[in-house]
Amino acid sequence: MTVSLSGNEVAKQITKHLSEAVIKASGEAVLVKSESIFDVAEYLKSSPELDFDYLNYITAVDYYDYFEVVYQLTSMKHNHSLVLKTRCYDRDNPVVPSVVKLWQGADFQEREIYDLMGISFEGHPNLKRILLWEGFEGHPLRKDYL
Amino acid sequence: MAIKTEPFVINIGPVHPSSHGFFRMRVTLDGEVIVDVEPVFGYLHRGIEKLAEERTYTGVIPLTDRLDYIASMSNNLAYVLAVEKLAGISVPERAEYLRVIMAELQRIAAYLIAVGAFLNECGAFFTPFLYMFREREKIVDLFEMVSGQRLLYNYMRVGGVSQDIPDEFLPALDKFVRQMPGFIDEYERLLKENEILLARAKGVGILTKENAINCSVSGPVLRASGVKWDIRKADPYSIYDRFDFEIPVGEVGDCYDRYRVRIEEMRQSLRIIEQATAQIPSGAVRSEVPHLVHPPVGEAYAHIEVPKGELGFYLVSDNSIAPYRCHVRPPSLINLTALRDMVIGWKLQDLIIIFGSIDITVGEVDR
Repeated sequence: MTVSLSGNEVAKQITKHLSEAVIKASGEAVLVKSESIFDVAEYLKSSPELDFDYLNYITAVDYYDYFEVVYQLTSMKHNHSLVLKTRCYDRDNPVVPSVVKLWQGADFQEREIYDLMGISFEGHPNLKRILLWEGFEGHPLRKDYL
Repeated sequence: MAIKTEPFVINIGPVHPSSHGFFRMRVTLDGEVIVDVEPVFGYLHRGIEKLAEERTYTGVIPLTDRLDYIASMSNNLAYVLAVEKLAGISVPERAEYLRVIMAELQRIAAYLIAVGAFLNECGAFFTPFLYMFREREKIVDLFEMVSGQRLLYNYMRVGGVSQDIPDEFLPALDKFVRQMPGFIDEYERLLKENEILLARAKGVGILTKENAINCSVSGPVLRASGVKWDIRKADPYSIYDRFDFEIPVGEVGDCYDRYRVRIEEMRQSLRIIEQATAQIPSGAVRSEVPHLVHPPVGEAYAHIEVPKGELGFYLVSDNSIAPYRCHVRPPSLINLTALRDMVIGWKLQDLIIIFGSIDITVGEVDR
């Protein structure tokens, strides 16, 4: 059985290395600042006791006031998982650092979020629309689209 | 005299016999050798995630049928598990067994198409494919008995399944389970040591273990690369922890290994079905669930092992009758991330085989 790590415990470990990164943590998830998501992800992947080598998925949710980007990570060696979240409040130009350099599996998923939710991923090697065509107006998964 | 050469770009698809639907690959070639490939998606995009936000929790089930439309039962299961997790709904024992039987039958049916289409692409034109369709037909007949449908079953419900199986189902299933190993042996005699298959698939399109994990690859493609990771064992859902089965893995991660893993997994699925039919209890097939499900505010992610890999649903509830957000984790799309690394340096005709060995359904890639 994959153990879901407590967000509180992991947040303590992240804070030891990146003191300013964590905004809040609960039993289910860790919420970090959007600008430090890459550094946090890098630490989670490289730390031997956490060893998150597998990115299950990335998705984004529109809560009107902010966009929440959700990452689910799994360690195949330790068989544990963690939900990592970040928020961006700027509706006109939301930007989150890309994690493609760490997990190549993020490539198409970040493009999909950019396409349907309109969040830009800084540092993505090929950020363009994936499901809809170039020139399509708007981002359909936003709550104010329809 | 020096001959001047330059890279040449061709489009394969969107309508092409090997593309398994509407899917395009922009291939850059140096002579016959591939130097770059860019998949182009979106020809079958129907906006299922957006449509789900406008439907009740039960009303989303038929939409999930249309994701990976050759494995509808599995999609149904992943979605209802996510809703049950979100709303804290329990499932009667008999329904759990029926779900496992349906999911494993669906796995065999989907692998039969995957392997048959793969052999088609190797040049064994339609002979093995029709052999495999012969057995798939028997599974489809079984599904028709329980759901009345032959492709998009819409059988699972939140809290159980839509209806109990008819009396003739278990004898027919038993007959199928007894016959099927003989049919798999028949495929093996035809193909396992087949020189053409070995020449075209062995050592072709190797995906290393590290690369597979880094690209978030899942399912038979991941296991063929030697990673012993199957969600049925790693994170057991439903009642999979009660059954005894093995996880077949490949050695080098080439096209031949991916084909082998699928064949071996069919045998393991038959083992699970045998155990499930022996243990199945009688009783209700659906727990008492209100007509309109109102899960409490929160979120849930449930993932299962489907024929393509890890299919997951991430649901967010705002305590209304419709999901606030319904995200699908599509194994077909994410497995394609590794395509570029697998094909560079191979020839154009190998691309068709490597692409076929990943086994995608465009309905799930584009959603």
